Amino acid sequence: MTNEELIAEISKIATEAESKQGFQYVETFVPFAGMHSFMTRIKEDSKLAFDYLICVTGVDHADHMQMVYHLESTLHKHMMVVKVKTADRENPALDSVTDIWPTAEFHEREAYDLLGIHFNNHPDLRRMFLDDNWGYPLRKDFKDDIHIVSR
Amino acid sequence: MDELKEVMITTDEIRTDEYLINMGPQHPSTHGVLRLLVQLEGEIVHNVQPHIGYIHSGIEKMTESLSYPQIGHLTDRMDYLSAHQNNEAVALCVENALQIEVPDRVKYIRTIMSELSRLASHQLWWCVMGMDMGALTTFFYGLRDREDILDIFEETCGARLTVNYSIPGGLMFDIHPNFQRDVKAFITKFRTKLPEYDRLLSGNVIFTERTKGVGFLSKEDAIAYGVTGPTARASGFACDLRKHRPYSAYDKVNFNEVLSDVGDTYARYQVRMQEMWESMNIIEQLIDNIPEGDYAVKMKGVVKLPEGEFYQRVETARGEFGVFIVSDGKKNPYRVKFRSPGFSNLFTINHIAKGWKIADLVAIMSTFDLVIPDIDR
Amino acid sequence: MAFNIYDFTTLTKSIHEGLSSQLSPTATLAIEWTIVGLAYLLFVALFGLFLVYAERKVCAAFQQRMGPMRVGPWGLLQTIADFIKLLMKELITPRDADKFLYNLAPFIVIIVSFLVISVIPFAPGLSTFDFDIGIFFVTAVSSVGVIGILLAGWSSNNKYSLIGAMRSGAQIVSYELSVGLSLITMIILAETMQISGIVEGQREMWFIFKGHIPAVIAFLVFIIAGTAETNRGPFDLAEAESELTAGFHTEYSGIKFAFFFLAEYINLFIVAAMATTVFLGGWMPLHFGDFEGFNQIMDLIPGLFWFFFKVLGVIFLMMWFKWTFPRLRVDQILNLEWKYLLPINLFNILLMAAVVLFGLHF
Repeated sequence: MTNEELIAEISKIATEAESKQGFQYVETFVPFAGMHSFMTRIKEDSKLAFDYLICVTGVDHADHMQMVYHLESTLHKHMMVVKVKTADRENPALDSVTDIWPTAEFHEREAYDLLGIHFNNHPDLRRMFLDDNWGYPLRKDFKDDIHIVSR
Repeated sequence: MDELKEVMITTDEIRTDEYLINMGPQHPSTHGVLRLLVQLEGEIVHNVQPHIGYIHSGIEKMTESLSYPQIGHLTDRMDYLSAHQNNEAVALCVENALQIEVPDRVKYIRTIMSELSRLASHQLWWCVMGMDMGALTTFFYGLRDREDILDIFEETCGARLTVNYSIPGGLMFDIHPNFQRDVKAFITKFRTKLPEYDRLLSGNVIFTERTKGVGFLSKEDAIAYGVTGPTARASGFACDLRKHRPYSAYDKVNFNEVLSDVGDTYARYQVRMQEMWESMNIIEQLIDNIPEGDYAVKMKGVVKLPEGEFYQRVETARGEFGVFIVSDGKKNPYRVKFRSPGFSNLFTINHIAKGWKIADLVAIMSTFDLVIPDIDR
Repeated sequence: MAFNIYDFTTLTKSIHEGLSSQLSPTATLAIEWTIVGLAYLLFVALFGLFLVYAERKVCAAFQQRMGPMRVGPWGLLQTIADFIKLLMKELITPRDADKFLYNLAPFIVIIVSFLVISVIPFAPGLSTFDFDIGIFFVTAVSSVGVIGILLAGWSSNNKYSLIGAMRSGAQIVSYELSVGLSLITMIILAETMQISGIVEGQREMWFIFKGHIPAVIAFLVFIIAGTAETNRGPFDLAEAESELTAGFHTEYSGIKFAFFFLAEYINLFIVAAMATTVFLGGWMPLHFGDFEGFNQIMDLIPGLFWFFFKVLGVIFLMMWFKWTFPRLRVDQILNLEWKYLLPINLFNILLMAAVVLFGLHF
């Protein structure tokens, strides 16, 4: 499926999502309220069949947090990037997609650990690398006077 | 009487048949500072919870204050056995963002170096797999042959492990004049040495008894858990990026994607053994045809990526390695995420090892070929 | 004192007579015991050191490397240096360990090894005890060693130790059967349980040749079960490094660890010595029926050398196993014993009985 067909197909099953051709892949922006149902639909849909979640990344933009999901269909071999913005930057919360792709459990735990993004309905949301009393180091306003020497 | 009843109920509720054991952070079979919290009933594994973070070095945070050529050097320190492929991933990602086309010579050399890294990594994996199974002699057979590859690396890159060879725009140096001769000599030699591996371990009755039919991973689970690399290909998940999304010179060579549909420990073992043969095939097709040309394109002194988001996937010895760069147009990246193959692979261990014995857990973990800095980053 | 390398009876007799002409019988006995005790201690210490060195060199040869080369010529003094290091190390007792049993366990293991070694005939006239039930004594006493291992695992208050000890218990108790039954097979052929009688019975021909098929089967079973009895690879589940760090002796350090280490090598020697004594003619030279010239040349080599040639040969075989095979899993190790070795053994006893009954042996 070419990227244009992919964009058309996505707009067919999800009107709330907004797709466009990015630098490499199709990028789809989804409002955080409907993201879980959107994710379920793109996995279940036989033409899209995004069954392989490659990578989950949290990015701290100055006024909001963004989760970036890189997805691939092992059947059709097409790729897509789904981006979800959080409403609140200080206490960001999103729906977990662990029930759709089990691998998300650990990527989400990583995002929680490093960026402090809270995932609703996550089965086991604990810190992964760091101590409980650490801050969230990948946030842009993170300050660690002891360990980081700024130049 | 009531008191007695109460006591009986409480003793009934206490689970006396299960106990917890901490494998790691210092343990011979976790290959680094990984801690597995294993819940056992006798010898049978009921639950495995991996605990990581003992060697977390904050590489993703560090990259935010480094320039793009510097990031490549940090990636060596993650999966140090696939150091070259990690370098290559960053280099490809930056080149892709800047729309730079590197010379064919660079592509060929990168591919050869990637495959040499894969061979070295698989050799070390084989050594350690034998050790974990109790066959201690394997370790020295594998290291003996790995030494030759490291010598080739040292000659060309100046380093044996953290090679730092691929940089955005090409290669650090041109290949050493002896490179082609040495690689060909190594391939000829290793073609006679690899059957030794089979004679020592693969055909051994004890080894096959311990690995065949143990630790199944189905194709559906492999995809769902994001397992990649030889671990997933043993379950039938065709995920070899060299084949499906070729980069560098992989589109110019003929090779087979090694697949198995069994998905047990023995299949994962055999897939890696076959991949060593395929890697040698790839190198042989390329080594005599390295085109003449520059080993790098001229880059600006300060590399600045355009604003945007860039993702690059490469196939390392352990599976799919991804680099995700968010750039805001400055000389430092805004955010870098490394998708490490070991991270996704490791967390299937509870799914696979449940119900098998503690000795099987060690064998299963061994076939995952974990490198802990790769997982912790 | 008459020293004769071919027959130590003259030496021991002259010592005994010299002592009893000067001292009372009690004092003579006391001094003789002391001499024998010291001789065994010296032998075990030196031979243990030698075996550790040999193991490292053999394993190095299998792994295409040199082994220890730095301390002394060809690294000969390496094990002595290691031993001194072990002596100087701190003895650690885990806080919640059962202190009495924890300290007792290494002694049980090493004492058992010493007890078994006392019945082995090294050369003509060079054995301490010669019971009527020598073989029975060996099997009975050697099974006590498992108590030491179980105590070590239990008292260390460490889960790895406990798992190792339980594995070891299950393993040794099972493989005792095979060791015992394969020895019984040979007792049928030897028609005696006295060890000197067994050796004497092989003057013309070693039992492994005399008993042909059933004897060879019994020998193979004995070597497999014997390797398992000594907790060596591929049966080293009790101390499986990659699974249990060091198994039952995880918490032991210094000289207490050295006791376990030494006991393992003494047990290796005992199994090899029993295989030599029962199957390979003990200290008897190799004889082929009517080849008089050949037999006389073989007789020129003293019995002591014959004994150690064979023992070292068997030990080499067992080291070969260890450095080649992967480790078995705990259920496989029990399957091997109960499903394969035991039925084979029982059948083999019947076969041997038939062979002896109908005089089918050579």
